[in-house]
Amino acid sequence: MLSYTLKRLLQAIPTLLIVITLSFFLMRVAPGGPFDGERRLPPEIEQNLRAAYHLDEPLPMQYIRYLGDLVQGDLGPSFKYKDFDVSELISQGFPASLELGMWAILAALLIGVPLGVIAAIRRNSTADYVVMSTALAGIAVPNFVIAPLLALVFGVLLGWLPAGGWNGGAWQNLLLPVVALSIQQIAYIARMMRASMIEVLGSHYIRTARAKGLSEWKVILRHALRPAMLPVVSYLGPAIAGIITGSVVIEQIFGIPGIGRYFVQGALNRDYTLVMGTVVFYGALILLLNLIVDLLYSMLDPQIRYDD
Amino acid sequence: MSPTSPMQCAASLGAGLLLSVLSLSLGASGSAMAAQATSSISPASQDEQILRIANGAEPGSLDPQQTSGTWETRIVRDLFEPLIAYSADGELIPGLAERWESSASGLRWTFHLREGLEWSDGTPLTAEDAVFALRRLLTPATAAHNATLYYPIVNARAVNTGTLPPDQLGVAAPDAQTLTITLSHPSATLAQTLAMSEAAPLPRHVIAANGADWTRPANMVTSGAFVLKEWAPQSHITLTPNARYHGAQNVTLDEVVYLPIEESHAALNRLRAGEVEIAYGVPASHYAWIQDNLAEALHTYPILGEYFYVFNLREGSPVADRRIRRALNLATRREVITERILGMGQIPSWHFVPEALSEHQGARFDFADWSMDRRMAKARELMADAGYGPDHPLELTLRYNTLEDHKKIAVALGAMWKPLGVQVTLTNTEAAVHYRDLALGDFEVGRYGMIATIADAYDFLNAFSSDNTSNAPGLSSPAYDALIEAAAREGDDDARRQQLHDAEQYLLDNDVVLPLYDYVTSSLVDPAISGWAPNALDVHPSRYLHIDTSH
Repeated sequence: MLSYTLKRLLQAIPTLLIVITLSFFLMRVAPGGPFDGERRLPPEIEQNLRAAYHLDEPLPMQYIRYLGDLVQGDLGPSFKYKDFDVSELISQGFPASLELGMWAILAALLIGVPLGVIAAIRRNSTADYVVMSTALAGIAVPNFVIAPLLALVFGVLLGWLPAGGWNGGAWQNLLLPVVALSIQQIAYIARMMRASMIEVLGSHYIRTARAKGLSEWKVILRHALRPAMLPVVSYLGPAIAGIITGSVVIEQIFGIPGIGRYFVQGALNRDYTLVMGTVVFYGALILLLNLIVDLLYSMLDPQIRYDD
Repeated sequence: MSPTSPMQCAASLGAGLLLSVLSLSLGASGSAMAAQATSSISPASQDEQILRIANGAEPGSLDPQQTSGTWETRIVRDLFEPLIAYSADGELIPGLAERWESSASGLRWTFHLREGLEWSDGTPLTAEDAVFALRRLLTPATAAHNATLYYPIVNARAVNTGTLPPDQLGVAAPDAQTLTITLSHPSATLAQTLAMSEAAPLPRHVIAANGADWTRPANMVTSGAFVLKEWAPQSHITLTPNARYHGAQNVTLDEVVYLPIEESHAALNRLRAGEVEIAYGVPASHYAWIQDNLAEALHTYPILGEYFYVFNLREGSPVADRRIRRALNLATRREVITERILGMGQIPSWHFVPEALSEHQGARFDFADWSMDRRMAKARELMADAGYGPDHPLELTLRYNTLEDHKKIAVALGAMWKPLGVQVTLTNTEAAVHYRDLALGDFEVGRYGMIATIADAYDFLNAFSSDNTSNAPGLSSPAYDALIEAAAREGDDDARRQQLHDAEQYLLDNDVVLPLYDYVTSSLVDPAISGWAPNALDVHPSRYLHIDTSH
């Protein structure tokens, strides 16, 4: 297991390098630059700016400079948020995204998994139809509809909760964004759980377990749940990476100081260093979480072993 | 390169990545605690004067010389006072300088600083700080966006392009309280440029000690009515009064909290929930509702901005023919766009320079008063002359930067021009691409918007000088250039006004642009706030604001 983990970590390095290289050059190929706006800058000023950010150097040199800085853990200064380094922006914003995202994932698992199981057991019953059509609605209604609606109803009209703001992650401020963020996840997980549970319940070892006279709940909890969780667990890797790196919609509507906005704003502003920083961070996170998922697999499924 | 080196490279890169991810997560947990410990947005209480402002966006910087957006200068103005400041209604008034005068030639200006000025840390604030700031502003490494505004100062251009050292700039401090500025030609806009926050004196002792980190709350020292207490990016910026400010006795707020709320719907919700007192920008889709339900808080006022389309005048462009441009201008029903599509009180423009620049005697299209029938008849005639009509349509591509309102307007223009036999294709791209392509002349008719940097018609008209990088139409007119050049150097106000008028009339007579409307902006201000006045510059220094707690 240890050598497998090490091997995977080493494999991650060339993968990341490819991601970084592709993003670096794709970003530069994109038309428009960081200083293009309604007011075109006078050539003198643009020259000063380009020099300040080393954009006047040949592209391969900029690439080598970037890799060199990256090796030293330096993601460079943001073009847009000039008073901060990209690593500072990410490290200041990530705790909020992480906290919000973890609560959302937790809620999604705690609600989505049982719902999926119930729907699978009571297949084609009213309970199943209710759960599945609600889940479909949850998937179909986008964040940018749910979030402002929640803020309006609970923040403005009822006045029970703040309509926005972070307040250091106080639960009152967390509740609405967590709900908005987790609804889609609950729906996805419930549907996935239902499908895989139905499949597992039809397998031979479940029939054997039942034949041994075990109670239905024992069959489900002891024998079916673990294998049925496999698709959900493999979904969780990229899903967690996606959720804890923030959602630009949720952040903007609830005023959460996370890093989701940097992905979008960085690209739109051609803030090269910010885009690269978020790509590196997200890429590393995905690789790490996928590794964790694969390790979890071996715990859930005895058929999977990571030997050399 | 030896075969093994890429591997080594990759290995050290990997190590670096792991380190950065590790340090990020470590830093993350550290600052999470800090955030919880120091979180300080307190609910507004009855006795405390805490003003919370939904401020549009996170500032890109709090260094006055690195900021240009209104959401940035709004904060910076509270922190740093220039030599010349703004009153509550946007008029120029003495700031750190109590008075100033110019020589008869208009080339030498002398500013007298107030007595006993101090930085917020108690260090004396002298004319040397003003000299330092102006030199820094024009230093190439500062890369200040608006540096060209200061080019009338002797040697400014040479300093800004790196051919002369900053100490050759035409600014001097003969004594601690006097600043002199020498110009290479008279400038009608000097006072305005010196009122910009980027020209404010800077604490050179703090910048020398902290370098780029001088804007952090722990380091920043200010000259304005407030000091920086806390800056949590994308969360809030908190200011508290500066006891050493020269007008400190008139400041009544205990705290100003700027919240970077980008979504105007979110800002509206926060205001309705009583979580902010001022919201800059309102959602257009809710404007009618706000008029009905929040009339007391709503302020809509013209600002110094123009929404227009530019024609590509370059050879080979279908609108290089002036008859076509005039026909399109004639057939455009501006009031339909302002009233039916936008409906927020935008001002239809038959001019190019916004009306809110009241000093400027506006030029007008000569057909501004014609009936619509007469305009359409003339437009058809011009199109026929140019060889186009319903049987032989002109195909035209309209470009706009991606945004719902821009799209609505582009669609409306297509419909208005259809009777002339114009078939419009719409193309939209994100802003960075849009403006780059327009500057490169890669368009036929393109959407443009311009907001004044300073309240002067020159600021708008200069954009179409032959050598200006914002000259999207590609106008190349010696006559126009001569007018702009003359206005830049004219010392006499009346003569200058005439030159600018003539330049604007030239743009209209030659249909270089298709002006649509003057911008307005809307703000929501809790009626309990006094001292807030709408003005065309949209400046609202917090030091004038007061919360009436009995309201």
